[in-house]
Amino acid sequence: MSAFVSRGFQRRHRPPDELAERLPPGQYLEPGFPVLTAGPTPRIDTDVWGFRIDGMVGEEREWTWAEFHGLPFETVPCDIHCVTKWSKLGTSFGGVSVDTLLEGVDPHGDFAMQYSYGGYTTNLPLADLTGGRAWVVTEHEGEPLPREHGGPARMLVPHLYFWKSAKWVAGLRIMDHDEPGFWELNGYHNYGDPWKEQRYWTD
Amino acid sequence: MKSFLIELPMWMPHLPGQHYDVRLTAPDGYRAQRSYSIASSPLDEGRIELTIDLLDEGEVSPYFHEVVVEGDQVEVRGPFTSYFVWRGESPVLLLGGGSGVVPLMAMLRHRRRTMPELEMKLIYSVRTADDVIYAEELGDDAVLTFTREPPEGWGGHTGRIDSSLVHAPASNSAVAFACGTNGFVETASRLLLEAGYAPGSIRTERFGPSG
Repeated sequence: MSAFVSRGFQRRHRPPDELAERLPPGQYLEPGFPVLTAGPTPRIDTDVWGFRIDGMVGEEREWTWAEFHGLPFETVPCDIHCVTKWSKLGTSFGGVSVDTLLEGVDPHGDFAMQYSYGGYTTNLPLADLTGGRAWVVTEHEGEPLPREHGGPARMLVPHLYFWKSAKWVAGLRIMDHDEPGFWELNGYHNYGDPWKEQRYWTD
Repeated sequence: MKSFLIELPMWMPHLPGQHYDVRLTAPDGYRAQRSYSIASSPLDEGRIELTIDLLDEGEVSPYFHEVVVEGDQVEVRGPFTSYFVWRGESPVLLLGGGSGVVPLMAMLRHRRRTMPELEMKLIYSVRTADDVIYAEELGDDAVLTFTREPPEGWGGHTGRIDSSLVHAPASNSAVAFACGTNGFVETASRLLLEAGYAPGSIRTERFGPSG
């Protein structure tokens, strides 16, 4: 397949070099922030919102909205890459590092399932949530995270395709085994590295 | 909108609602990829129909609209993903906005050929008569609404979809599929929830920019 050339096809858009190198293979630059959600958009008020860490842990943890906002808050500049081929470069989110949330939890497993209000799930190795690579965020570009983008709070794991960053996140379940989440069961790759173009099961 | 019939050397039956990825390669090796919903029934063995909306700022859809001629080869991969798919559940309500009707058309066409008595209704929102895709195929199982300009003498629904079009589910097994822009799908989901559909019975696909 690699030698194939599409008759008469030429590139129409050429992003500046400094942006082009931040674009993973097969992705194009999207200035906006498209919304892609399976099912209706849940409505979660902050007075009922909570975030839990449970499963195979030494100590379960849970935070209310107010308790969560007492934790160290970080602004995270990042690029995000959606498996539907668009990338948004140079955006930012604000929230709490998963490293901070895991302090004192004592996880007994190497895998995690993010679970959301509304029933969405997505799995990943625990190592991808630690080391300053994942956050639970409540702000986008300095404003409260809009509901359609997962507000009041979503996960942010920018080094993986964006379906690995659960919207309306309710918690993390630590597991001693890997297990596919919602999109991972429905055809998308189990890990989802955009730089390796791990879009679908067979990639 | 243009529809393309693509003959596949290695064909696999798809589920109505699934998509293919199309990949274009330029002589210098540059590649552009997009996903397009399948419009045809899986009973059409050996080929698929992709209906592609022209987005002027895009890279793949202008190629299909302006360059591709009959007999050209394109690279495709699929069929993909198994959430926004119809597996024969009934009754079924389909809500399509603009080009969001494409995957729903695969469901409607497949139902007509396999289980014509099964209850499936399409509510299809378009701006004007010129925007109606598959016009000659829309029968008693489709209800149109024109949001901008209805055709002359139109006696049916006009304006955005509303509660007069979305009725309570006829049974506990009812499912609904909504596809279109994010705004359309948000409205459709709200109407379905208000009509009594359970959140888990509503499957949505939001068409992002797909140039």
